[in-house]
Amino acid sequence: MIEVCNLEKSFGTHKILEGVSFCINKGESVVIIGRSGGGKSVLLKHLIALLKPDAGQVRIDGEDIVPLDERQLLRVRRKFGMLFQGAALFDSMTVAENISFAFRRDRSLPQDEIARKVAHVLELVDLPGIETKNPSELSGGMRKRVGLARAIVYRPQIVLYDEPTTGLDPIASDSIDKLILRVRDRLDVTSVVVTHDMRSARRLGQRILMLHEKRIYAEGTPDEIFGSRDPIVRQFVEGTSEPTAEKGILLPYE
Amino acid sequence: MGFWGQWISDWLEGLGRLTLLAKDTFTSLFTFKVAWRDLLYQIYFVGVKSQSVVLITGAFTGMVLGAQTYFQFHKVKMDTATLAVVSVSMCSELGPVLTGLMVAGRVGAAIAAELGTMRVTEQIDALRTLATHPVDYLVVPRLLALHLALPLLTAESIAIGICAGYLVGVYLLGIDPIYSWYNMLRYTGTTDVAVGLLKALIFGGIVAIIGCYKGMTCGEGAEGVGRATTEAVVYSSITILITNFFLTLTLGKILHTL
Ligand SMILES: Nc1ncnc2c1ncn2[C@@H]1O[C@H](COP(=O)(O)OP(=O)(O)OP(=O)(O)O)[C@@H](O)[C@H]1O
Ligand SMILES: [Mg+2]
Repeated sequence: MIEVCNLEKSFGTHKILEGVSFCINKGESVVIIGRSGGGKSVLLKHLIALLKPDAGQVRIDGEDIVPLDERQLLRVRRKFGMLFQGAALFDSMTVAENISFAFRRDRSLPQDEIARKVAHVLELVDLPGIETKNPSELSGGMRKRVGLARAIVYRPQIVLYDEPTTGLDPIASDSIDKLILRVRDRLDVTSVVVTHDMRSARRLGQRILMLHEKRIYAEGTPDEIFGSRDPIVRQFVEGTSEPTAEKGILLPYE
Repeated sequence: MGFWGQWISDWLEGLGRLTLLAKDTFTSLFTFKVAWRDLLYQIYFVGVKSQSVVLITGAFTGMVLGAQTYFQFHKVKMDTATLAVVSVSMCSELGPVLTGLMVAGRVGAAIAAELGTMRVTEQIDALRTLATHPVDYLVVPRLLALHLALPLLTAESIAIGICAGYLVGVYLLGIDPIYSWYNMLRYTGTTDVAVGLLKALIFGGIVAIIGCYKGMTCGEGAEGVGRATTEAVVYSSITILITNFFLTLTLGKILHTL
């Protein structure tokens, strides 16, 4: 269970979040949508305390994680898996070492068991047999899927996905969407997905939150959001830019 | 606040955060089972890969020191004290300081660049999401490796420096080998060697902590990494030189009163 109360964050004088509040129940999957640069990644990083808010609370299973220090947070973070927008793979390690990172740190599992888990999760993200490759040898979409594998291999209770399907072809996106759903249903995982892809938003979200103007502007089931009459929500889900922007700005050769 | 006020407050803030990192590292040393594989790799990287640099520095310093001392001492007919001067200065000052500076340039820069790149590509955040404290995983093995490797490298550089000084003195400049050797052993105390190794141990810590600090707090993008690398080298070199002065002073006083 994730509760966020009145979260505020600014970088320098640039205010990113102002009074963001919402609540995500256990086992639920929630999609966060919003304009590019609107602070979705920043919000997601607050949920796992990679960033500390200027004000407000983030409660994970009832525990406020904002005042915790880095070492106390280690315990809380064991509940989480996170897929970064840029995958953030460790570039000095092979794919297998990336995925099995925490297992190898724990040293609780035998080698062959780790290898089996890695092979299995790579199968799930549709990249079998790339264990010994280096991240630099992979395409952007492949890196993303390895990042996803690394996030789910520990069977965390909460998984945060930052744009899991951006940069993937439609078929791969579809299989990632299905994978996220399967992870949610099989492992009873709470998922928070940031996405720009309206098709996956509709499929993945039991609830959609729209971040706009530093706040949660709209909240509802996919049907409510996609059927909304609010002009800003409509504009976003239909993907039309401001008409004034078209007329007002001259292209260089006009 | 004017420019200087801002500068001083930034500097103090940096110093404070550096101290916090050192404290974190210290705590981590006691709560954390060392990852031997990472430690071994770091020792290899710091120790084995710095061999050529350290040996060349040590040898040529010993040689130039031997030659220059001889030229001065020859005027007052103290030729056979040349090697003693070489040995004492190599042991207590030049060995640790020059090795420290070379390692700061080679290893400190590499640490800052590596950790800086990890920071700007969110790899350090990824570590944190995998329930790993960046200090445990990144700083501690580097610190231990430098603490261990720098005294060894220093010992090596002292030894090669003295040998090189001996060769230059005896074979090129014609000093009497027996007397020189005797004088060297007579004037070089165990304390000189101990002081040198103690300094090297401290310099190792300086290079590691400043390199890690600069990397982990590096600014955005390629420019941030570049700046962090330069600053790591400059700051650790300056800190080594300043610390060396105070160490010589205090250790000298302490040893004197003993
Ligand atoms: N570490 C940082 N320092 C300063 N500003 C930052 C930092 N991280 C993010 N920002 C700013 O916060 C704002 C929101 O960034 P964020 O990455 O959350 O956007 P986003 O909604 O994820 O966009 P996108 O959909 O393009 O990923 C941006 O204006 C960005 O400039
Ligand atoms: Mg983002």
